[in-house]
Parts: sequence; structure tokens; C-alpha cells
Amino acid sequence: MSQFAINLLFVGASFALYIGIAIWARAGSTSEFYAAGRGVHPVTNGMATAADWMSAASFISMAGLIAFTGYDNSSFLMGWTGGYVLLALLLAPYLRKFGKFTVSEFIGDRFYSQTARIVAVVCLIVASTTYVIGQMTGVGVAFGRFLEVSNTAGLLIGACVVFAYAVFGGMKGVTYTQVAQYVVLIMAYTIPAIFISLQLTGNPIPALGLFGDHVASGEPLLAKLDAIVQELGFNEYTAHHADTFNMVLFTLSLMIGTAGLPHVIMRFFTVPRVADARWSAGWALVFIALLYLTAPAVGAMARLNITDMMWPNGTNGEAVSVEQIENEARYDWMATWQKTGLLDWEDKNGDGKIQYYNDQNAEMQAKAAEKGWEGNELTKFNRDILVLANPEIANLPSWVIGLVAAGGLAAALSTAAGLLLAISSAVSHDLIKGAINPNISEKGELLSARVAMAVAIAVATYLGLNPPGFAAQTVALAFGLAAASIFPALMMGIFSTKINNTGAVAGMLAGLSVTLVYIFLHKGWFFVPGTNSFTDADPLLGTVKSTSFGAIGAAVNFAVAYLVAGATKETPQEIKDLVESVRIPKGAGAAQDH
Amino acid sequence: MADNSSNTAYWSANVRIILISLVIWALVSFGFGILLRPMLSGIAVGGTDLGFWFAQQGSILVFLALIFFYAWRMNKLDAEHGVEEE
Repeated sequence: MSQFAINLLFVGASFALYIGIAIWARAGSTSEFYAAGRGVHPVTNGMATAADWMSAASFISMAGLIAFTGYDNSSFLMGWTGGYVLLALLLAPYLRKFGKFTVSEFIGDRFYSQTARIVAVVCLIVASTTYVIGQMTGVGVAFGRFLEVSNTAGLLIGACVVFAYAVFGGMKGVTYTQVAQYVVLIMAYTIPAIFISLQLTGNPIPALGLFGDHVASGEPLLAKLDAIVQELGFNEYTAHHADTFNMVLFTLSLMIGTAGLPHVIMRFFTVPRVADARWSAGWALVFIALLYLTAPAVGAMARLNITDMMWPNGTNGEAVSVEQIENEARYDWMATWQKTGLLDWEDKNGDGKIQYYNDQNAEMQAKAAEKGWEGNELTKFNRDILVLANPEIANLPSWVIGLVAAGGLAAALSTAAGLLLAISSAVSHDLIKGAINPNISEKGELLSARVAMAVAIAVATYLGLNPPGFAAQTVALAFGLAAASIFPALMMGIFSTKINNTGAVAGMLAGLSVTLVYIFLHKGWFFVPGTNSFTDADPLLGTVKSTSFGAIGAAVNFAVAYLVAGATKETPQEIKDLVESVRIPKGAGAAQDH
Repeated sequence: MADNSSNTAYWSANVRIILISLVIWALVSFGFGILLRPMLSGIAVGGTDLGFWFAQQGSILVFLALIFFYAWRMNKLDAEHGVEEE
């Protein structure tokens, strides 16, 4: 059976499983559509949250970004897990106690203002849509590869699948389907990593293998990696090269953003009790950590394997020849990925060999001149292909490659579906039912939810054709937006009785707009390429990249809210009582709709 | 609802636990993982140093411990103050 057929078999079988579960648990009433009837056990909920959370950014993109940068991209690892601490300590139990369905309902009630609710909806839609763009980038890479078509065709096919999938059921379908997706994606991520860790270090646990010894050379794996990447003129893998201030801000933005994203917070509305909301965040992080502890091993080991592949005789020997790439089976992956347009090479100096090195490095330029090299010949290696190509690079059995295909799609689909659900509930429940037409029928509400999904995915697909960065980088922008707008409002709503309606609205608007403008100045207005005035290599403010600005946006939000609240009318007593009651677990009943 | 002074005591105990947890949270990630890494560079771990381990794995393990500690501690605190759910 060909690899193509095996991939289709794995992807097809996993899809049949998800759709089967979605039909079995099909949502009926609106309450089921949003919050799955609140009968979800913390462990189950944790697993579904993990699937919802770990998107194309975590599965497809993150290890690639770590592999090619090393230590400096540790921010992704700390940021996307550290946010759960904030979520568990500062938000989840109180929002569950409050007992409504959506984040914006909480903001609307706590800040006793329809305007606050609508502003929150706008913030949610902006952050979630940006997030979906990142997912679509990952979907395009995955579908492009497994259907062996161009990245663009893959993206368009993927968009149709995501839409059909998300429209199918509500959260109940999504909750149990996401448990299945978690199982598929974690197996798909860890099994190849275990194989590769065994090959390179003899240790079956990749997280330990990363700090173990490289079998072939007897040196510690990371020391070996440091040595060979430096021989090719790249930065030492484990060393700190990036700007420290920007790294701290970036990590903080990802953490705060994690605790401000609606599709994750919504998960904690679906557990039966306040105590369960606390445990749920912990269980979610257990399941997330299984992937996040493996990811740095995947990155480092893949970098080692790729370098070995390009320099089969060692970095001081001869580079791989064009003939080898074209004829040897272990280089087949290069030709398949070349079809997607995301990997390319060119024999610039016509010596029949492909030299891969850092041609920006002065020392390497001198060495290249001496050896007659005319620049790096591995001309394109999109970071987002690394995880998907990894099992082929390591020459693993074809069923493992099929499994990774299914896992990558599970990751992208589950998150895209969760986000589309958050967007559609924001539009139909908060905007239309809450503000525009309170008397809308249940049917009308469900219909408007689906229309909102269709619009969101169309916009995301269009922008996904020219994404503002690799999947994980685009997703990081979404985190910055959530960090600057939603998280501060939620936190102040629970921890301070002083912040009033005007303060919260002013804070959210200030945080969102300043962050959005900073991002657009660096990534182009509405992400249209070429309309940017600055680049992340030379940002407007010192060393602060657009992906790191969320933490500053959050600080602006807090400051503006505090100042404006101080200058306007005090919070009424009944709202102070509401805040008091949210803080105490006692008396948390079932959810109440308006 | 329980009387107000008991609720205030419960809330300030909660805030204290949160603050202690967040200090540890920041110390292992921003501290050991990034800013204090040069200070930990003498401690070798598998071909690199302890700061690298904290940045890529250690902080995640501490985060996990923190969340479970908080859930356990708060469920106990709820009972102590009689504010647990029925």
C-alpha cells in the first residue's frame, strides 16, 4: 500500500470516529449547544480542554519554531502552560460560580452594562478570528501534504472540512469528539517521538532523552547539537541570544492570553461544581504537559536529524548530493514536501551537492568563499512542516506517518471547531439575543450561530492565504489581543469591587485598540501584506515585537480602567454583593440563562 | 449566605494562597527560566544548564504542582470556612 493510501486510511478512520461521536451526542437545545448540559467530569473535561487548546500551533508549528531557534523559543513552552496557573487561580472557579454560559455575559452583568457586554463580544471576535487564521495556516500545511496538493489548495479543502465539522454539532458533540481527538493527537505526537528518542538516545521517554546522551557520539545530545549547528554558522542551540526584555514580555503575553481566550474559559462553565473547575484546570494541564514536555525533545532531535541528513558525512565532510536526494528512499520526503511549495533547494554553485549552512554568518561566508559555495542551498524550509515531516525524516514505519497525519488534522480541527463555537455563541447569544433582538426564537438563534461560523471561517481562510507568520506566530498575536482585552476585565471584575462600568469599557477599548494598532503597524493593516510601517526585526518600541505587545496592552487596560473608575460614579451596592457571592463557592447552582 | 466577617476571612486567606502561588509561578518561569539563568549556569543538566531545563520542562512541572496544590488547599479552606457547595 502506498504512503498516500495509508495516510488517507488513517485520516479517514479518525474522521469517521469523530463524526460518529458527534452524531451520537448531537446537540438539541441551545443550552446543550453551548455548555453540554454541565454533566462533564473534570478528567473528561480536562482531556477535551487539552484537545481544544492544543491546536495546529502546538502540534504542527511549535516544535519547528523551537528546533530552528533553540532556547530562545522556550517562551512558547512556558507561556502556553503557565497561563493555566492564572486560569486556575484567578478565573475558573469564580466564573463557574457565576453560572452563565459565556464570558461576555459575565462582563455584561458584573459591569452592569450592555455596552461592556458588546465591547467584550467585539474583543472575543477579534482575538478568536486571528486565532482561526493561525489554525487555517496549519490546516493548509497538513491538507496540502496529505492530499499532495499545493498549500493553497490544501487550505481551501481544509476550510470546507472545518466548516462542515463545526456546524455539525454543538459543544456536547464537541466535548466527546474532542476526547477522541485528544487520544489521536497525543498518540500521533508521542509515538514518533518515542521512536526517534530510542534511535538517538536509547531512552524511550523523549523528555528524558533530550537531556540524555547521543548514542552515536557518546556525548550529551544537547552538547552534540550545540556543536554541529555552530559548525554550520548557526546560533548555539541551548544559549540565550534573544533580547531578554522581549522574551519576558512575550512569555507573559502568552500566559495572560491563555487565561483570556474564550474557547478555553468556556470549558470551565461546563463542569458540575466550583471545586471541579479548580481540578479541571489541573487535569487540562496534565494532558497538555504530555505534549509540551515532549515538544522540546521533538524540536532538538529533529534539528539533529535534519542536519545529519544534509551532511551525511559530518559537517566537515561532503554535503548531500542532488543525486542522493533524487534517488535514495530516505530522501523521498523532500520531494513530497517540495510539491506543497513549503520546502525547496537549489544547487546554486552547480557542484551537484546541496550545502546547508548559515550564509549570513561572516565566518561561514569566508569558509564558503574558500570552498566555492554560493549561499545556503536548502533555500526554503518552512518551520510548520517540521513535525509532520519528522517521522519521514527519521525513516519511521509508514503507519506512524499516517498516524501523524491524523493527529495534525485532529489538532487543527478540534481547535478551529472550538473557536468557531466561541465566535458563533458570541454573535448569536450575546450580540443578537442579548442586544439586538432579545425575543429571537431558539431556531433563529441556532441559525444565526451557524451563519456567524460561516462568515468567520471565510474571513480566516481568505487571510490564511497570506498569513502574517507561521501558525504559532499568528496564534501568538491572538493571545496578545486576548491578553490586552479580556483577561484584565475578568480579573478586575472578580478581584476588585472598585472598577465600575465606564472603567471596564474604557480599559477594554484602550487595551484592544492599542494592541491591535501595534500589531497592524508591524504585520500590515488587517494583515494585508505590504501595508506595515515597521517590522518585528526593527520594531517601533525598542525591542518589543508585535507578538509580545499583549502584556503592555494588558497593563494599559488595567491602568485606564483604574483611572477612569476613580473619576466616575461608584459601583452600586447590588454589584458589590454580586462580586461577594462570586467569591464564595457556596450556593453554585445550575447555569441560569437570561 | 454565611456572615460577612467569615466571608472576608475566607477571601483574604484565598488571596494570600494565590499570592504565594504566583510568586513561585513567576520564580520558576521568568526567574529560573530566563532572568536568573546566568546564576544557575554552573549547575549542569544533560549537556546544558539548569536554567535551560527550567525553561523547557521544569517550569511546566512546577505549574502542574501549583494548580493541584491550589485545588486541594482551596477545597480544604472551603470546608474550614463552611462555604463549600452542598
